Amino acid sequence: MSSTQELTYAAAAALALQQAMEADPHIVALGEDLGRGGVFGQYRGLPQQFGPERIIDTPISEANIMGAAVGMALAGLRPVVEMRVIDFALCAMDEIVNQAAKNRYMFGGQGRVPLVARMPIGIWSASAAQHSQSLEAWFTHLPGLVVAVPATPQDNFSLLKASLASGDPVIYMEHKELWGQNGPVDTSLDLPLGRANVMHEGSDLTIVTWSRGVAPTLQALAHEALQGASVEVIDLRTLWPWDQATVHASAAKAGRLLVVHEAVQVAGFGAEIAAHTAEATGCRVARLGSPRIPVGYAQVLENEARLSPDKIAHAAKALLERA
Amino acid sequence: MSLNRLLDLYRSMRRIRAFEDAAEVASQGGVAAWGLATSAKPALVRGPLHLSTGQEAVAAGVCFNLQREDLLTSTHRGHGHTLAKGADAARMMCELFGRATGYNQGKGGSMHIADFSVGMLGANGVVAAGIPIATGAAHALKIRGLPHLVACFFGDGAANRGPFLEGLNWAQVYRLPVLFVCEDNRISATTPTAPMTAGAGVSARAEALGMPGLKVDGNDVQAVDAAATRLVGEIRAGGGPRLLHAVTYRFKGHVSVDLGTYRDPAEVEAAKRNDPLLITQRQLLALGATQADIDTIDASAQAEIAHALQVAEAAPWPEVADAYEEIMNSGAGVWK
Repeated sequence: MSSTQELTYAAAAALALQQAMEADPHIVALGEDLGRGGVFGQYRGLPQQFGPERIIDTPISEANIMGAAVGMALAGLRPVVEMRVIDFALCAMDEIVNQAAKNRYMFGGQGRVPLVARMPIGIWSASAAQHSQSLEAWFTHLPGLVVAVPATPQDNFSLLKASLASGDPVIYMEHKELWGQNGPVDTSLDLPLGRANVMHEGSDLTIVTWSRGVAPTLQALAHEALQGASVEVIDLRTLWPWDQATVHASAAKAGRLLVVHEAVQVAGFGAEIAAHTAEATGCRVARLGSPRIPVGYAQVLENEARLSPDKIAHAAKALLERA
Repeated sequence: MSLNRLLDLYRSMRRIRAFEDAAEVASQGGVAAWGLATSAKPALVRGPLHLSTGQEAVAAGVCFNLQREDLLTSTHRGHGHTLAKGADAARMMCELFGRATGYNQGKGGSMHIADFSVGMLGANGVVAAGIPIATGAAHALKIRGLPHLVACFFGDGAANRGPFLEGLNWAQVYRLPVLFVCEDNRISATTPTAPMTAGAGVSARAEALGMPGLKVDGNDVQAVDAAATRLVGEIRAGGGPRLLHAVTYRFKGHVSVDLGTYRDPAEVEAAKRNDPLLITQRQLLALGATQADIDTIDASAQAEIAHALQVAEAAPWPEVADAYEEIMNSGAGVWK
């Protein structure tokens, strides 16, 4: 029997969690509205299978949700934390930054905090300034944290499994606009954290992207501005650890690197990738992210913060034409 | 109360006092701080050292009612909780001295003192941060079907932070085995807590959540012990969380090099006449102990701490390479 099935991005994550919880009784999930399968349906079916002791409905208490997960982890569980949207994780920053990320180090390795904190990111459904952010760069800055940004149903299955097995605190960012995306999922495929996916091979230009940036980047390859150009597209999959070897090799080959992300361009993680890769290879670099504006409600305002194949193609063309 | 029990409680308190007195001396010198000039004499204990001098009865009285498997979360003022939970004074002193043989391998110092092997899950540099962690640890104990509980120490200032409400509500909603201990020394860093706190204080806030509790004189170790015995018994019987409000007084400033000159000297002098160690000595004598019994305990504590200082001074420093150890499993080797 084939282990490959067609699943949505949300269902792939639910299946990964279901399989992990069946295999390990120490895995629990906690967060707001989980008893109804999660606000995006990403826990659908799990409350019925595992009951309220393992799929835990919580008060609207983000600080305590995250802090309790730290305590649970120290006391022998492997909690999955649901923050609903990343914007709400800001109510739990002490628990993430000072407690989860620092625990192992500051207590000299006496404890471990194996938890997965799911924080859906990104622009979706006219949700405006407080429900649309992509704050992955905040967490890449913090020693002690893994940062995962799956772009496909397959990766949402395999990276969630790898995150649950990692033993580290993992900031796990699913993009809200990807929940309904369908794709094949091979449940036998194990992915290590820190291995990028070369989605399209090319030799003139390397584009590194992740999460919701992947689809419009692949679409941009057919844009008239890029006719005749040989473009390599790399989905980074995880931002910490990130696959420096794959990116450096590709950029060294092409000599030009464009980093594309939905997050605000200023001090985004694209800056780190560009700088690191330029230092290592001497390649030309460019970045494309959102202008430094909050995400607006009206369609015309929201679009200004969104990536599009057109914006990506023109940024790529400009880099290709740079002397 | 039996004489032997009170002797044990006094021994626990005296060890804490001796440890902190020694650490205080070792922290003097070094860089300019809190109005004190730079000193040529280097401090052996560097950085913030938050002393609980005067508050020992709370740590001793509560922890006497805990078992080794019970868990504990602490505050930034956590030496007493750590010692009373069963940690080794020499390994603690090594950590305060920043040595590789300290509990945290020199990575934490006083503010992060911890001994996970006795269930002491750490002092914490952030006020109220131990509260959510305690609720989660208790939640795990309940889910795993273990019979233990969590003692969660926090200060009066913590009751004005959000995690206090979130954590107490959480513990009550899930009926978790947590003993919340408000160690009320009546001052938040350098600011009196009362004028910063609306309403009737921490006990009233717990009552509003339906959480039973007791308020005691936190300088009377017999009273703390009796209250903790009752509340711990109720928690172990499955009664859910409880709050112990222990009113005490901190003799020292916010940190060891803070001389606390902003406080009314008469208030401090009055508090020192109410020293929990002196109170316990009087109680011991009334119960039939001799002065020699007390002197023996005092000398034993002094000897233990003198030994801890010797061990710490002779202990090795961490290696530079240790800065890169115990961070995370993923992505090793690319941290520079």
